[in-house]
Amino acid sequence: MSDRDPPFRPDRRRLLTGAAAAGGALIGARMAMAQTAAGTPDPAIVNLPPWTRYLGDGVDARPYGMPSQYEAHVVRRHVPWLTADPISSVNFTPLHELDGIITPNGLCFERHHGGIAEIDPAQHRLMINGLVHRPLVFTMQDILRFPRENRIYFLECAANTGMEWAGAQLNGCQYTHGMIHNVMYTGVPLRLLLEEAGLKGSATWILAEGADAAAMTRSIPIEKAMDDCLVAFRMNGEALRPEQGYPLRLVVPGWEGNMWIKWLRRIEVGDQPWGQREETSKYTDTLADGRSRRHTWVMDAKSVITNPSPQAPIRTGPGPVVLTGVAWSGRGTIPRVDVTLDGGINWHRARISGPSLDKSMHRFYFEFDWDGRPLLLQSRAHDSTGYVQPTKEALRAIRGENSIYHNNGIQTWAVNEAGEAENVEIS
Amino acid sequence: MSRFPEPLTLFGLAAAGTGALLGSALLVANALHDPGPDPAEFPPLSGAAWAQDAAGAPAERQEDVASADMTASPLPAENPAPSREGGYGLGREALPEEIAAWDIDVRPDGQGLPPGSGDVMTGEALFVERCATCHGDFGEGAGRWPQLAGGFGTLDSEDPVKTVGSFWPYLSTAIDYIHRAMPFGDAQSLTADETYAITAYILYLNDLVDEDFALSPETFASVRMPNAEGFFDDDRDVTELALFSGEPCMEACKDSVEITMRATVLDVTPDDGLAPAEATAGGAEASAAAEAAPATEPATEPAAEPAAEAAADPAAEPVAEPPSVEADAPASAPDMALVAAGEQLFRRRCASCHEVGEGARTRTGPVLNGVVGRPIASAEGFGYSRVLEDAGAAGRVWSVEELAAYLADPRGAMPGTRMAFQGLRSEEEIAAVIAFLQSHPE
Repeated sequence: MSDRDPPFRPDRRRLLTGAAAAGGALIGARMAMAQTAAGTPDPAIVNLPPWTRYLGDGVDARPYGMPSQYEAHVVRRHVPWLTADPISSVNFTPLHELDGIITPNGLCFERHHGGIAEIDPAQHRLMINGLVHRPLVFTMQDILRFPRENRIYFLECAANTGMEWAGAQLNGCQYTHGMIHNVMYTGVPLRLLLEEAGLKGSATWILAEGADAAAMTRSIPIEKAMDDCLVAFRMNGEALRPEQGYPLRLVVPGWEGNMWIKWLRRIEVGDQPWGQREETSKYTDTLADGRSRRHTWVMDAKSVITNPSPQAPIRTGPGPVVLTGVAWSGRGTIPRVDVTLDGGINWHRARISGPSLDKSMHRFYFEFDWDGRPLLLQSRAHDSTGYVQPTKEALRAIRGENSIYHNNGIQTWAVNEAGEAENVEIS
Repeated sequence: MSRFPEPLTLFGLAAAGTGALLGSALLVANALHDPGPDPAEFPPLSGAAWAQDAAGAPAERQEDVASADMTASPLPAENPAPSREGGYGLGREALPEEIAAWDIDVRPDGQGLPPGSGDVMTGEALFVERCATCHGDFGEGAGRWPQLAGGFGTLDSEDPVKTVGSFWPYLSTAIDYIHRAMPFGDAQSLTADETYAITAYILYLNDLVDEDFALSPETFASVRMPNAEGFFDDDRDVTELALFSGEPCMEACKDSVEITMRATVLDVTPDDGLAPAEATAGGAEASAAAEAAPATEPATEPAAEPAAEAAADPAAEPVAEPPSVEADAPASAPDMALVAAGEQLFRRRCASCHEVGEGARTRTGPVLNGVVGRPIASAEGFGYSRVLEDAGAAGRVWSVEELAAYLADPRGAMPGTRMAFQGLRSEEEIAAVIAFLQSHPE
């Protein structure tokens, strides 16, 4: 479009130069321009912009719609030093760029152990074997003939915030808290598939297995399998994305993301856990005395302020600020979130807006007038069981600093006079 | 043998399973459908009942929330998908051969161990050939790849070293995982004997067996894993929930607050993969981290990786051009398509060890910028296999022909190479990868 609009080019270049010079966000630069233009007519108003004068793309120019070109920075990102290679690795959801409770499919963080399996659904099978009256094989067509449910759940990697156990390390909620997403799943209750095969009386565990190059496996107690697990084929209305397990993934509400087997190809029913690599050498929580907790499935209540945060500083100076963040619990809903601006001397109740659903992300806001002085921002989630998100120190007192997983401690952002935010720990 | 079939057998079964047999099998399956378990034998548990067991307090179900706790729009009550007495009659019975092809798991009690045997000496040779590139000849681990041996007595230290010997509670886990997912990038290619041999060598590296040990279902139970008793079931309900519950302080909770640690001191946050030029073009995000970082920030990490990942993922590429635009591209399109295909292949088959592009460096494998046409074994700082060093010393260069032969059959073209790669399947793939490498000069 800009190719057809030579008159627009200087304007755009000037705008972008301004952004680069400010070293900050495009939006920040725009705001600055609007402010410095006070007293003189705003060129954004008095100049006829090309999008008002000329026609734009017609329908079907974008058969699968994508975000505005001005949102190109809103992407998943990874931390190269974290893993040996980018295939068995993880990237992070840009929480600071999102609002509401639903994560767009293309921004849901990825964690693969053998890369993305690109599976033709016509070639995909789901097998149920083991302690069942009749071992079964389902095609995707079979799966689509079972009754479905729609449920909104968060999926959090057990290692989310794991890099912060020994202290403040990564600057940005995308990196400290971005191993989470929250989408609506459409799927068949796993219960119906297990009933179809007929559980034997000795059945107490299932093993879920993926079709990827890690053949990912996790043991899950049968009570959970028969309770609320789904075999999902859609997320947010459309087919699962390949990186999220297309064509089938297991949904294990409230429990650590590693158990939500992607590219699900097999459910084995047994009478004891399988002690697989991902539930022994990994995803166990080593305490200070060297012993390790295992089967730590439930994700504890947790919250984080997404704005302001290191990647999303206050660019507008003193005055009204919309502080916002997300909270969730693997044990239920989030009836309450507290927020502090002064490092925990005084707390305020935040406002939750949007659906409050079991084992789903909640969105909270706390609007305040910033006086321009430094802030120490924290949020504290309460869940429907009465659990209150602990401080990192309280967690370390019990778990030490080497448990890697399940760090749900309260996060602190220090905001300086310029509005820039930094990941810190406080007394 | 049945649980660890040769790859060819496995492929044959998979192919057969996709055929026209399915239709008739489905009919038969429907006719024979089992009524399923007696509901009394295994009653479905309600969400509330089960959650109470786990958490020690009742969890609200979604319908309760909808009626009692909604702060915004009300939601309709959740109507669970109904069970049907006797099931829905969907799916077909799994054949024994199909179950054998997929049911490869091995349990701590030994259930699932395939017939076979492998000894330490055989395992050493296999390990050096198939595993050492990433894990090191002695299981010490290369780069950030996992260390497999040693680490005893470190679990309660500041820096626990978790290896098969020091940490893994079950021997079955190693056997299962090595066959299931190793070698990285060539999963389920090891036979049962090879799996036993490699596992035996790893046990030997950990001083858990003697050098004449052979691992098999018969000797499996004789191996004692040192950390077998080092695990206990999740006890957060008992040790934490009470501590982390109750009404917290809301006002005047402490006298003063001080910052005790700052992330910027460490300076390990990625620069978000946006070089200055990109930032100008795409609208950089405000990164306080980048601003707070010292001006002398060294380019220690390649910025090319996040960009490459994002570029290969349509979902993460919001500014992707619509297909119609690409169709208008000039005559160089086939080359670009080949390069793009090569990039895809490279990412999947090569990138776990090799880097290419801006900021690329030698990691597990040598950096490949400018590899086409350069002398063999000439990347600085990489310890090459003897055969490659000899080839380089003899003046051989990575011509297209040399590279093609090497990529087709690494160990055939360079006997003794330590590159743990099976080779690319087709000439098309080889041409694509070489075209991709050619697009990245020194």
